Amino acid sequence: MEMTGERRIPAPRQKVWDALNDPEILKQCIAGCESLDKTSDTEFSARVTSKVGPVTAKFTGKVQLSDVDAPNGYTISGEGQGGVAGFAKGGAKVQLADDGAGTLLTYEANGTVGGKLAQIGSRLIDSTARKMADDFFDKFAEAVGGAEEEAEVEEPAEAPSAQAKSEGLSPAVWIGGLVAIAVIVLVIVLA
Amino acid sequence: MPEGGIGASVKRKEDFRFLTGRGAYTDDEVRAGQLHAHMLRSPHGHAALGSVDTSKAEAAPGVVCVLTGPDADADGLGGLPCGWGITSKDGTPMVEPKWPVIAQGKVRYVGEIVATVIAETAEQAADAAELVEVDYRPLDAAAVTETAHRDGAAQIHEEAPNNLCFDWDFPGEEAAEAVDAAFEAAAHTARLELVNQRIIPHSMEPRAAVAEYDKGEEKLTLYCTAQAAHAMRLLLGAFVLNQPEHKFRVVAPDVGGGFGSKVAPYAEYAIICWASRKLERPVRWLGQRTECFVTDAHGRDHVTEVELALDAEGKFTGLRVNTVANMGAYLSAFAPLIPTFLYATLFAGQYTTPAISCNVKAVFTNTSPVDALRGAGRPEATYLLERVIDEAARATGIDPVEIRKRNFIAADAFPYQTPVALLYDSGSYERALDIALEKSDWNGFAARRSASEADGKLRGIGIAAPIEATGAAPSAIAGQLGARAGLYESAQVRFNATGTVTVFAGTHNHGQGHETTFAQLVTDKLGVPLENVEVVEGDTDRAVMGMGTYGSRSLSVGGSAIDRAMDKIIDKGKKIASHLLEASVDDIEFDSGTFTVSGTDRTISIGEVAFAAYVPHNYPLEELEPGLDEQAFFDPVNFNFPFASYVCEVEVDPETGSVSVERFTAVDDVGNIVNPMIVEGQVHGGLAHGIGQALMEGAVFDENGQPLTGSLMDYTLPRADTVPSFDLDHTVTPCPMNPLGAKGVGEIGAIGAPPAVVNAVVDALRSHGVNHIDMPVTSESVWQALQSAKAS
Repeated sequence: MEMTGERRIPAPRQKVWDALNDPEILKQCIAGCESLDKTSDTEFSARVTSKVGPVTAKFTGKVQLSDVDAPNGYTISGEGQGGVAGFAKGGAKVQLADDGAGTLLTYEANGTVGGKLAQIGSRLIDSTARKMADDFFDKFAEAVGGAEEEAEVEEPAEAPSAQAKSEGLSPAVWIGGLVAIAVIVLVIVLA
Repeated sequence: MPEGGIGASVKRKEDFRFLTGRGAYTDDEVRAGQLHAHMLRSPHGHAALGSVDTSKAEAAPGVVCVLTGPDADADGLGGLPCGWGITSKDGTPMVEPKWPVIAQGKVRYVGEIVATVIAETAEQAADAAELVEVDYRPLDAAAVTETAHRDGAAQIHEEAPNNLCFDWDFPGEEAAEAVDAAFEAAAHTARLELVNQRIIPHSMEPRAAVAEYDKGEEKLTLYCTAQAAHAMRLLLGAFVLNQPEHKFRVVAPDVGGGFGSKVAPYAEYAIICWASRKLERPVRWLGQRTECFVTDAHGRDHVTEVELALDAEGKFTGLRVNTVANMGAYLSAFAPLIPTFLYATLFAGQYTTPAISCNVKAVFTNTSPVDALRGAGRPEATYLLERVIDEAARATGIDPVEIRKRNFIAADAFPYQTPVALLYDSGSYERALDIALEKSDWNGFAARRSASEADGKLRGIGIAAPIEATGAAPSAIAGQLGARAGLYESAQVRFNATGTVTVFAGTHNHGQGHETTFAQLVTDKLGVPLENVEVVEGDTDRAVMGMGTYGSRSLSVGGSAIDRAMDKIIDKGKKIASHLLEASVDDIEFDSGTFTVSGTDRTISIGEVAFAAYVPHNYPLEELEPGLDEQAFFDPVNFNFPFASYVCEVEVDPETGSVSVERFTAVDDVGNIVNPMIVEGQVHGGLAHGIGQALMEGAVFDENGQPLTGSLMDYTLPRADTVPSFDLDHTVTPCPMNPLGAKGVGEIGAIGAPPAVVNAVVDALRSHGVNHIDMPVTSESVWQALQSAKAS
């Protein structure tokens, strides 16, 4: 399957990156995400329970970043293993750009699935992937943009930013992280 | 004479059992101490198989063992055998790669078994299968029929360069030259490129198996969903399991549909037999619907170019066919036979075409293996022929009825030798077509078309005149053509002492109605009431040797064996009667269950004769053995050739592209008919199957070999509202090649319906510039065809 899209995140790029430093936020933005871990500067792993039509399975996803061109874009490739439910593989090119006060994220994703997922879920994959991507970005935009507009929402942004700095993690990697999540969403979701 | 003999539409004896939930299927065989097998299957179409780590699975609750490919090797299991060899045009034998029961080194299609988990419960086995760690390295796949043999395609088997299994010319060089000459001299030619799409069999009962090994007797028993129990025993025992035939019992109990897909020996059966022998416990496996989708042998899958040469009068002068046939990843038992001798030998159809030649390239792909499926080769042949004839009618401007009539083999020309090896037994083709035209109100079509047009709809009418070869097979001929088995049938007819009869037959009933039809043969010939006859099939320890049920052979071959056995019963009965009636055996006549001294009123019933045979107090024991129990083998001298004429009328909605089959007239000739109601049911089933292929069914794989139509949500089967109320009739041209005069009936509908439907659809779309459309003719494909015709 192939999917392209763009989303405007109502927050400045720095704020988006900062928010992305908080695995908890990312986790809460991915439906069914049980864990999300950075395994190296360019690798992430996640466990997500996903449902595509009649197939429900726990997926273990791994995502690698490559062609990192901070802060303009990245290529991500990922793989989700769903046990007997099959597997999903995919990649995405993601670009970020300033868009007034916000940030415009565009993505071109593609993926393939195998096993039971392909056999009995293929008809539903495109629509499921799109819905899960939409859900992710809705939640993410709310988490990041909401903080800007509503002062009383204290959860996102501040603390994670400090954490990221303390770990010396470059924003580029976290943009990669966004992509990674997008890919995990897209790929695993593809599943 | 009791009622219910030949020609009576008696209700099926077996239906009480089936309709009231009393059938006994494989999964009903429950054994003390039984284990359950779960097959872990490849999710990849093509991948190198690294380590298969079973340690975690083996430690899981309830798991008894986990079997892998190397285990099969270590225990000396053979690969799954192929029952038919084909020789390529260069004289080399077909490439026949080993098909291991569990994958080794590589996986070559989605669904191939990678490991088998045996556990105390099915759930434990399935859970533990998730713990098997398999190291796959995905490879590029070759999953597309048309391109799999081209340069650059991924290589599936080392021993098969360009994925070519065989490259077969038929009938040979001389014929090819004659065809070339026909095309050079042709006044008209017609050409089509067409696809006979892959379809998936769907039996109501999924495949299943229960194996039990008795160490004390060293005897293995396998219950499984088989159409041919003896063939299953032979192939699994001799080639895979090394289990001696006399220590191996295969039972095919009630089986819920087969359509050809339950003939071949399958890996699951071999694995559970092996496991049961190894563990000395019963082991069972029940296929899930999703497993059956990818592992029951698929059918068809040809890409074909067909050309027909005609003279100025519209007589066919030459036919040339080039086909690429998809075998799937491995050679299933009869796969090589289907696109060759079950296909190219039918290219004459019902017509006098003098020169015919073809080339068939069989290719391996990263898809599920292909084998026999209702019609097996003959639907593909009939489809291309009946489609190109309609195209020729368009090219020449001759009416589709007229062009067929000009080319039919005349009713007085039989036996008729075709240029493609077969000798047709009997036929009356024009008569069947005339009846079909009359019944379908062919002449009233123009008015119905106008009515449809007034309603904004397009209406089309199409004909197909299918013929097929059934009754496999004369063993000597089959052997010359590459068969690795004999194809006779056998039967045993046993009178019990009290006058009832048990028939043991080598065929198998999985929807064909044998328990009724075969009993009717006995009632008709021996005068025994229908309810006093039992038919036993599908058990290698009970039934006599047999080759099973497929290829519409059961009545013409198996029924003939029963008939021969009954001849022997009558012969012996006459000897017993002559003793009891104190007359010369030459003066004893037999009719309707009664022996009579010729020209007198002295009679004795066959029941009394049977009693005397088993209670031989007054019996010629010096000359005659007691008992009345005879066996016969029947090996036919030729195939038989059922034929039909079908007329299909469709209505197409040009706005949505949806096609509805409005009328379908079928005039079949299946020789002598034993039970007209069962024959009608077989025709109904075949037509529905064929209409399903024409309009709905189609297996789709992506370029990686992933099956995309792997459930009934994505693979469409015909339903009651897909088919019209069929208008059936028949002619009877008895087959002179068997004592019953019978021809096969199980497949003809599935063979003739697809071209009839597609010809009708093309007829409806012709005015919009559409001259061909591939199956399945879905609303989308019709709509697209109309749009692209409009654009050009």
